[in-house]
Amino acid sequence: MSTFFVNVDWAEIAQACLDTLTMLGGSLALTVLLGLPLGVVLFLTGAGQAWENRWSHGALAFGVNLLRSVPFIILLIVMIPLTVLLMGTSLGVAGAIPPLVVGAAPFFARLVETALREVDRNTVEAVQAMGATTRDLVFRALLPEALPGIIAAATVTAIALISFTAMAGAVGAGGLGDLAIRFGYQRFQTDVMLVTVVLLLVLVQFLQAAGDRLVRHFTRK
Amino acid sequence: MIRLEGVHKAFGGTHAALAGVDLEIARGEVFGIIGRSGAGKSTLVRLLNGLERPTSGRVLIDGTDVAALDPAGLRALRRRVGMIFQNFGLLSSRTVSDNVALPLRIAGASKAEIAAKVPALLARVGLADHGGKYPAQLSGGQKQRVGIARALATDPEILLCDEATSALDPETTRSILALIADLNRELGLTIVFITHEMDVVRQVCDRVVVLHAGRAVETGTVADVFLRPQAEETRALIDESGEHAEPVGFDGPIVRLTLHGGAVLDPVLTRIARDTGTDFIILDGRIGRLKDTSFGRLTLGLLGGDTARAIAALREKGDVE
Repeated sequence: MSTFFVNVDWAEIAQACLDTLTMLGGSLALTVLLGLPLGVVLFLTGAGQAWENRWSHGALAFGVNLLRSVPFIILLIVMIPLTVLLMGTSLGVAGAIPPLVVGAAPFFARLVETALREVDRNTVEAVQAMGATTRDLVFRALLPEALPGIIAAATVTAIALISFTAMAGAVGAGGLGDLAIRFGYQRFQTDVMLVTVVLLLVLVQFLQAAGDRLVRHFTRK
Repeated sequence: MIRLEGVHKAFGGTHAALAGVDLEIARGEVFGIIGRSGAGKSTLVRLLNGLERPTSGRVLIDGTDVAALDPAGLRALRRRVGMIFQNFGLLSSRTVSDNVALPLRIAGASKAEIAAKVPALLARVGLADHGGKYPAQLSGGQKQRVGIARALATDPEILLCDEATSALDPETTRSILALIADLNRELGLTIVFITHEMDVVRQVCDRVVVLHAGRAVETGTVADVFLRPQAEETRALIDESGEHAEPVGFDGPIVRLTLHGGAVLDPVLTRIARDTGTDFIILDGRIGRLKDTSFGRLTLGLLGGDTARAIAALREKGDVE
């Protein structure tokens, strides 16, 4: 094996894998934490909903669209001062997480909003007609009903985050993408490139399969 | 118990879903609201539990203006007003028992109370053995039974039915209507039933309003509205349900005879035929039931004898057109 992969430093690959998984885990957790409430508020302030308000909905939607329209590589650079302020550094895994979250949370929020809109209109009305507060409506009806959709949204977001981590590698975040760029691309070490791409592929496949399984598990339709 | 005074409702722009509706629904009656899609039926029923607010006019439940309630007052009112839907509105992620328990949980009922009440509610609608299933495992009629059990959980005084049988086949519709009629009799529930089907109104309602383009074009007892429709829109709705079809060609005097109550059981035609020498040819006809009474509606061709006297004799027994 070592004759085929002369340039591959397996210890470094292992470290890169760990870095990628840490970036993914940390940023996905924070993305869900911030994006889920944002998606719920986007939904509730929308037309015909409990907190219907054109101005707040418009402002939120504009903010979300703004962040989603900035290319991630630009976002990485623009956010450096904020990242330093939050994490003390703009480098490494810690420095990658704030831009990853800012890049992915608005995306996830939009997917959550869409999943909530899929909840049957009669079901929402039925729960309101029981005398539910908005809080009851969100926690007892909307989120449980939309759970499969939200899990699917988290899966799509996680996979988008993997490609974001590769880009974050370009500005010194570490991880598999960083290896692919520094060794595979800049030093023409095709074997390193191949190993990182295969590992990323395995990761994506695993996430998609796990996500699909969870969606099936929670679907009662 | 329920009163609407000059209710208008507009959604955005200029289109009015309701354009000045006055109604009074008495305690314990089954009140039908019939009309085509877009007539404003769904909007009207949603005013009664505050899911919609009128643009102008007042909606009063026991003298309380629904639109004037604060959020807590509105939630308290909604516990007194159950609602069922065309598409059932069940939570697909919860079992039948959890669906029925939901209004109780929202109302803050204790676990013991919920554990005692849910099986009783399920038994009441004939689903005692289905508590552990998910809605997707049930038939349409069973889903609506769950919807009814859920609507009854907080012991409401009013039940709103929004096209509750429109997604069901005729036989299931009859069984759901029978259940609703039972609830009306046994619990004294006031029921507001929205539908576009005249047959449904005929089977369960005491009184009915015909809604057209946001206006109440005709209100009255089901017998009056069904057998002696005044408004053109009402006639059109009755025609659609297969009544009043044009008779097959007959070259001679034709009368439409409407009987109701005891007259249906009298041997009207044979007796008059004997007396007047006029023979009757039945061109079209139907004998059926309105909620608690019978009715008959016949289109007759008159042949020979003293037809003028025959028509006069028919007029004594029922309505002749």
